[in-house]
Formats: sequence, C-alpha cells, structure tokens
Amino acid sequence: MTSPIVVRVKKKRITELLANGKRSDGRGVTEYRDIKIEPGVIERAEGSARVFLGKTEVIVGVKISTGTPFPDMPDTGVLTVNAELVPLASPDFEPGPPGEDAVELARVVDRGIRESKAIDLEKLCVESGKLVFVIFVDVYVLNHDGNLIDASALAALAALMNTKMFKYEVQDCEIVKKPGYTPLPIVDYPIAVTFAKIGDKIIMDTEIDEEQVMDARLTMTLNKDGHICAIQKGGGSGYFTKEEILEATKIALEKTEELRKLVVKS
Amino acid sequence: MKATKKKTKKETETLSNKKPETLIDKKGIRIDGRKLDELRPVKMEVGVLPNADGSAYLEQGRNKVLVGVYGPKEAHPRHIAQQDRAVIQCRYHMAPFSVDERKSPAPSRRDVELSKVIREALEPAVFLEYFPKTSIQVYIEILQADGGTRCAGITTAALALADAGIPMRDLVVACAAGKADGKIVVDLMDTEDKVGDADVPVAYMPNLNAVTLLQMDGNLSTDEFAKAINMAIDGCKQLYAQQKEALKSKYVVEEVEEE
Repeated sequence: MTSPIVVRVKKKRITELLANGKRSDGRGVTEYRDIKIEPGVIERAEGSARVFLGKTEVIVGVKISTGTPFPDMPDTGVLTVNAELVPLASPDFEPGPPGEDAVELARVVDRGIRESKAIDLEKLCVESGKLVFVIFVDVYVLNHDGNLIDASALAALAALMNTKMFKYEVQDCEIVKKPGYTPLPIVDYPIAVTFAKIGDKIIMDTEIDEEQVMDARLTMTLNKDGHICAIQKGGGSGYFTKEEILEATKIALEKTEELRKLVVKS
Repeated sequence: MKATKKKTKKETETLSNKKPETLIDKKGIRIDGRKLDELRPVKMEVGVLPNADGSAYLEQGRNKVLVGVYGPKEAHPRHIAQQDRAVIQCRYHMAPFSVDERKSPAPSRRDVELSKVIREALEPAVFLEYFPKTSIQVYIEILQADGGTRCAGITTAALALADAGIPMRDLVVACAAGKADGKIVVDLMDTEDKVGDADVPVAYMPNLNAVTLLQMDGNLSTDEFAKAINMAIDGCKQLYAQQKEALKSKYVVEEVEEE
C-alpha cells in the first residue's frame, strides 16, 4: 500500500500536468497506451489470449467442460468468469482467495460478455435441463500497471474468439468427442472503456500512478451496435456529475469502435 | 418497524413471481399498478436499533431493509486503518429468507461486489478526514428483497449515518431506472428487473449534482441511457424529500406551548 503522503505528492504533480492537458508519459487525455493482442498463447486451453496495455499484462484462458444448466435456464450453456490478481503482478496483490477488487474485476468482465450476449449460449445446450457446456473464462493478471478492466475485457474477448470447441456427438446422454474443432458461437464483440476522474479532469487508460490518485472511475461496455450493455462506477471516494457521465457515453462510442477493430482484426 | 400495510389484490397476484406476458399494459400501467415514472410506496424510519450508533429502516414496495451504523471507532484489524482519514467498512447482506429460494448466508460474489460499490457510493458524502485511523461500520441487512435492494440499502444507510451524527456533505439517495417492454421506467421491482431489458441503479447527492453509484446491465442505446439516468435522478430527488422528512420526524421537536 502506497502511503497517503506519497499519493498526495503524486496527485499534486499529476493534477498540475492535467491542468495543461498533459500526462506524465505525454499521452492525450483519451489516448490509450500501445495495445498488443496475442491470441492462442496457451496450447492446453481451448482458447487464450495475452493482452499488453502499455506495461499492464493480462492472460485470459478459456476452458470448456460439461455440466448441468441452471434450473431457471434449462436451454442455455453456462458462462463463468473468474479473475486472479496474481501476487507476482504487483506489490499490492497478496496470495489468498479473491478479494473485492478481483471479484469486481471478474464481475465487470462477466457482465460485459453476458449482457451483450456475445456468446450464443443457447447453442451450447446438449440436452435441455440436463447437459450443457460450461465456459470458464479465467482472467490472470500478470503485471499491474493500471486499467486492468479494459485490458481484461479485451483479453477475454480475444480469448473467446480464439476458442476452439471439439466436435462431438451425443450417445445415451453422453458426449463422445469426434475429431476436429468448431469455433465458439460468438455473435457480438463487447468492448469496455474506463474513464478516470482526477480533480475535475477526465482521462482514459490510467497507468498505475494515475490510478492511485484518481477520485473515481467509470467503466462502460458497448456492443457492436454502439449500445451500452454494462456500466460500473467505482475506484475511490469521488463522484461524477450527470453531465460528465453523458459526455463519457459519447467518447465511449468512438473509443469502443476504435478498440474493437484491434481485436476483430487479430 | 412493523409492516402493517394491507396487500392489495394486484400485489398478491405479483407475489407468485410468475413470468408475466407483458410488463406494461396498453394504458401504460405496470404489473404492480404503477405508471412508468411512479415510485413504489416508501416508508422510512430513523433510529430503530437501540444498540447501534445510528440506524434506519426502510420499506420500498416489498423491499424491507434495516441498516445499523457503528463508529467512528478504532479500526480493526489495525492494518486497514488510514493515517489521514476514516475508512468505511460496509457489508451488504441478504437474509436467507429474503428471497424465494433460500439464500445461503455466506457472502456471494454479488454480495462482495455490492458491499464495495455501496461503500464507494457513501464515501463521497462522509467527511472521512475528520476521523483519521478510525472505522465506520455500515451493516445493511436485506430482510426481504423485491428488486432494487442495493438502492434501497444506500438510501437507508445514508439515513443511518446521519442518525449516528456523522458529518456529511449531503444525504446519499439511490433509485434505479431501466427498460421494460421497450419503455424506460423508474424503480424496477423484481420481475421487471429479471424479465426487463436493462437496469440502471443510480446513487446521487442532490445538493452536489454528484452521481456516487452508477451501474448498468442490459442493452440501451446512448439516448435511452440518457433518459434512464434522468429518470433515476428524478426518482432520487423524490426519495430525498422523504429522507429529510424521516430525519425531521425523529429530531425536530415541536414546540409545546406552555400553559
């Protein structure tokens, strides 16, 4: 945990720079760091991707197994997103069960995929009420230099698009694998963009120093039609005004389109 | 804090939580008889728990929420203490009997997330810097749930914080808006939330035009979202008036004329 005095010094410096529209690494206020997406980095996983957002590094692995559906949704496959803030990624991460930051990260990524209906889960039903496919999306943070949500959501989408499902046939309620693979039924491409408020300035893609001093953050996930599917405000004891939020939706429309091109291309 | 309100016929019908065919009828009336921009009936009471430093109880439709506040007091465990301000420890918890299927009392991932976002919704209101190294504990118990419990929890928690005498910039008040049957509606109840197309919970400090909680799930165009957030904030303003009344009814003593 960085001491409050260090944070105060950093905040002063960052705020002074932002007053002139500048950031410590020379980026514009809504400019992202270099993004690198590498699909298929873990051969044992059905799907995977590594994403670098500047020095932030996240791997997402997708595993597929079978299970029973939820009783209230007998005809849909199951999506489970989990996030691990691996202790080697930051001095602030500790071993142990997921804390609230990891739970929030997982749930924000989950909500983006689920609410945009990115995966056609009904295609993953083998036998109604009895047997469906379960998609495990595991977010693994390997280096924390800020903006884990956007990096994780990008990596999750890239990993899902990279996922190969084995072909199968059903014999007596059991799945028998057949040779060959099919891609997952991906029908939408949700992209998350996160805004951070520092003083009265709003910036995007925060690096760790900016994240430590921010007053609040706001994540919006948009689908390929430019509709909002998920929002999460968090990250500090500050707030956004209504006008700031409505302005952010406009920027989110442009930014998500820009970022979507990077994933769909890869 | 007794629930004395008689159940109307309409309400008894919706208790069966069956999936309705339509959420809004041709006249623009919702399944519980409300108009699109109408809030559920609300009852608030302050100072209901003798042991807590501050407390409040709220009923919003069939939601029943109880909040107790303890502190500011020495932070435990010690390492959570901040040198320059108080920390808020917030627990959002649903009683096992609060929903149709018994809910395990162990905290779910949803509970962990909600405890965090509710804490972050309350923090901007409290003068945390007045009480360094201390902790303010906010315990939110959902006794009965019917959609919009995080908002009901925030509205109640703000009252309990005020009741505990903790200095605040403003009350925090929360209300959701969303989309059901293609229309933007305010203060969604459980069925509307589950069957509807989107849910946008908003927490707000009216005097500061400050949105302190904002979440969304579903599918809204940016224009629909703008409409929803405006509607939610209007709902917040109505509830804010009731919050102030609830505080006054405990703390304002009417002058009695001397004989």
